[in-house]
Amino acid sequence: MGFFLETLFGGLMSGMLYALIGLGFVLIFKASGVFNFAQGAMVLVAALAMARFSEWIPRWLGFSNPLLANVLAFIVAAAVMFALAVVVEKFVLRHLVNQEATTLLMATLGISYFLDGLGQISFGSSVYSINVGMPKDPAIILDSVFDGGLLINLEDLTAAVVAALLVAALALFFQYTSTGRALRAVADDHQAAQSIGIPLNRIWVVVWSVAGLVALVAGVIWGSKFGVQFTLSTAALRALPVVILGGLTSVPGAILGGLIIGVGEKLSEVYLGSLVGGGIEIWFAYVLALVFLLFRPQGLFGEKIIDRV
Amino acid sequence: MLYRENGQFKTSYVADQQIFPIRQDRIFVMLLLAFAFVGVPLLASDYLLRALLIPFLILSLAAVGLNVLVGYCGQISLGTGAFMAVGAYAAWNFGVRIPAMPLLLQIVLGGLCATVVGVIFGIPSLRIRGLYLAVATLAAQFFVDWAFLRIPYFTNYSSSGNVSVPQLTAFGLPVQTAMEKYLFVLALVCVFTLLVKNLVRGAIGREWMAIRDMDVAASVIGIRPMYAKLTAFAVSSFIVGVAGALWGFIHLGSWEPLAFDLTRSFQLLFMVIIGGLGSILGCFFGAAFIVLVPVLLSNIPGMLGLPLAVDTASHIEHMVFGALIVTFLIAEPHGLARLWSIAKEKLRLWPFPY
Repeated sequence: MGFFLETLFGGLMSGMLYALIGLGFVLIFKASGVFNFAQGAMVLVAALAMARFSEWIPRWLGFSNPLLANVLAFIVAAAVMFALAVVVEKFVLRHLVNQEATTLLMATLGISYFLDGLGQISFGSSVYSINVGMPKDPAIILDSVFDGGLLINLEDLTAAVVAALLVAALALFFQYTSTGRALRAVADDHQAAQSIGIPLNRIWVVVWSVAGLVALVAGVIWGSKFGVQFTLSTAALRALPVVILGGLTSVPGAILGGLIIGVGEKLSEVYLGSLVGGGIEIWFAYVLALVFLLFRPQGLFGEKIIDRV
Repeated sequence: MLYRENGQFKTSYVADQQIFPIRQDRIFVMLLLAFAFVGVPLLASDYLLRALLIPFLILSLAAVGLNVLVGYCGQISLGTGAFMAVGAYAAWNFGVRIPAMPLLLQIVLGGLCATVVGVIFGIPSLRIRGLYLAVATLAAQFFVDWAFLRIPYFTNYSSSGNVSVPQLTAFGLPVQTAMEKYLFVLALVCVFTLLVKNLVRGAIGREWMAIRDMDVAASVIGIRPMYAKLTAFAVSSFIVGVAGALWGFIHLGSWEPLAFDLTRSFQLLFMVIIGGLGSILGCFFGAAFIVLVPVLLSNIPGMLGLPLAVDTASHIEHMVFGALIVTFLIAEPHGLARLWSIAKEKLRLWPFPY
């Protein structure tokens, strides 16, 4: 029983990380109708920038306070993501207004390739570490209830708390600000939003900046846990089924989807993996999402798609 | 001047419906084929055949297969690499378990196995579409990658997961030197391209295109979405499977599952986009482009006296591909094929601009 609960907790925590990356997808889709395949590359670039600047800035400015270095690096990395948002809007999205969703998807695929290359050219392609002082030591709780207690990874717990705070802030932003309402209008229909005077260009910059910020947070958390390297951008691919399961337009869906897939992956790996040769983590989430889609094509909380001729 | 069509009258339906209705096109294609079958083997070096022409032909074939799905039927697929892998491994397994089986039969059976897998992973397309489907096809990619890596039966219990093909023969003729391999691939590519060209011109091709343009409207006018989508998946994965088998057997010789990973799927999608969605000719342009860019990138800086490190070159390659995709989507969504037809229209009027 203790082991099962431990696995469950582990699943929930890693699910939170998936949710964090998935959130980036949902944000951009919800607010601009673009399925952003480049989210993974954005996480990679953000994490690379964070890792490298926290190393470079103390050297340039000649101080050695790690906290200050991290704060400055975070600000610079956020600025990089903002610049990226402006550039993407100016050179790509602006020219693709009113295009089909699939065209936009392929465009983000192109952006993703470009960012992969650019990030690694400018920041180097080895493995870097981010140290933001997250607690590394595991804690053991409830050892009076279970034999040996439950092993909880404090690092995961911190990440989950950060993710939860971020999600809450974003949900409020979407629901209660006029910019949030404008974002939802743009997602519904570019043309209609434009015709009632919503500045499409500004909205897109806002959306991509927010998504860049989410990518940065996700990148910092993943990076401080596993190190920053190229595989980060494929880690984002692992988060795709999360949004599919939760529904592309739903923030709570991304969270719940993340948790379901995190738990499902861990449990299936532990209890089924040995039967079929292990490593089923790689596809479990995808096949789960696929089977689910057969019964509910719009995902858990997605909006039902109604077609008219 | 070069493309003068006046005077070429069509007096029968047969004449009107041929693949190349303009005489200049027919002559050009004939000359091109003659050159490909006779001229190239005489002129090209082994390096050129092995490193450029054979991969170009096989990737073109795979792109033709993918274009049936993406360009003609409008179902985005990111799992092409998986279907290539199924084709390659299935063909290899038939060869290992039934040693007497002829090469061509192996390849075709490999393609049929890919068809089955393709149709299974195509079933979700009946309920979901567009973005959701693109992600769903990733399931095929990850599942197949895993299966060939972890299920030892598929690799005949080889310890490293690598498989390699023995010396090849087809119709009693050896397929071993670069030139023989080139001719073998070329012949197959011609046959399959002709097949697909005729399919997309026919009734089924029109159904695919109707589904692509608007599936609800298509089903209202009596096109069965299920039949059209699943046949598109079947035809596409068959061709892609055959291409996969050729890629493994002829180009690589020995391979591991990594040869057909997600990068390959993306690469093929890029070919189709750059070459032109919904154009058979475009697949060849796209493949040529994708094969040539890395070669150019690795050679040009050296010629200019700016030698690049290998990893920098590959990063630049990524950037170039990314930038090109975006450029093409913005400036010329119909790809290189469209540029080609614009050139032909200009030639029709040349040297007068009106």
